[in-house]
Amino acid sequence: MSSSTCPYNAELAARLVELTAAGLPLVAQPWAWLGEQLGISEAETLALLQAMQAQGALRRVAAVPNHYRLGYQHNGMTVWDIADSEVERIGAQLAALPNVSHCYQRPRHLPDWPYNVFAMLHATSREALDAQRAELQALLGSACRQSDMLVSSRILKKTGLRPSRASNRTPQGGSHAAS
Amino acid sequence: MTELQRQLLNRLQRGLPLVSDPWGELGRELNADPLALREQVSLWLEDGILTRFGPLFDVERIGGAFTLAAMAVPEERFEAVHQQLLELPEVAHNYRREHRLNMWFVLAVSDASTIEPTLAHIEAITGLRVFNFPKQREFHVQLYLPV
Repeated sequence: MSSSTCPYNAELAARLVELTAAGLPLVAQPWAWLGEQLGISEAETLALLQAMQAQGALRRVAAVPNHYRLGYQHNGMTVWDIADSEVERIGAQLAALPNVSHCYQRPRHLPDWPYNVFAMLHATSREALDAQRAELQALLGSACRQSDMLVSSRILKKTGLRPSRASNRTPQGGSHAAS
Repeated sequence: MTELQRQLLNRLQRGLPLVSDPWGELGRELNADPLALREQVSLWLEDGILTRFGPLFDVERIGGAFTLAAMAVPEERFEAVHQQLLELPEVAHNYRREHRLNMWFVLAVSDASTIEPTLAHIEAITGLRVFNFPKQREFHVQLYLPV
């Protein structure tokens, strides 16, 4: 983590995460509300948020739409087999495209799974989704050895991405260990 | 959706400004009553147009860990395995996808050392191989869906 940006109080940050697990109250002065809960001033709260954002711990304070309700009912996880030496260049290219919402390098599982770059696409129709994928394919050209697109057909579970502390599955607790 | 609603939704996907009077600032920017803007967000949350309004953290930087994993679940067992995963608090997202690997889920845990045991637990209770796809490099994360 960068030492050139202002450090923030990790304990306050952890309490901020807990406090806002269900979201930020829609009050006129949200930083004042948060500060009151945290026992710090409104200005200190804003400074905490800004410091967390500067260090990448806070992405933004934002609205998360239900993409199905906005008409983006089609999502496709495109997966690409890219030479390891090309991943950095290709990944940055894919990520710069407007329809790509997430782009990651992930491990291959040969022979079952040859793909190492994942890019998520969202579209308002299946046709638009296929067109987006074709655009990506055209852009990558020979840098991509093979690719696939996995469309989601059903949401089985979707909760906030909040780490579960309920787990009692410790690294040592090997009673369920599968090889 | 009105033009103002469209502007508000697009603006709030990019984020509330981190300034001392964020709603006042947004009201000036969109030429609207800040109270009406907050009420609109509240309505969207009630309606389910929005799933969340608030800080979005990089959970790995605040002490959490994630992984993406997938399984090839036999069709006749799909519902049963889905129910098994539904009961695990560590499983945050789960999607059916059209592929031999037909169940894709995200584990979200507070401690990275519990990822492996949790995956092993899922293999044990389902008897299925779990393919783990931890993120090795991230190129972009910002879902922005213009309306």
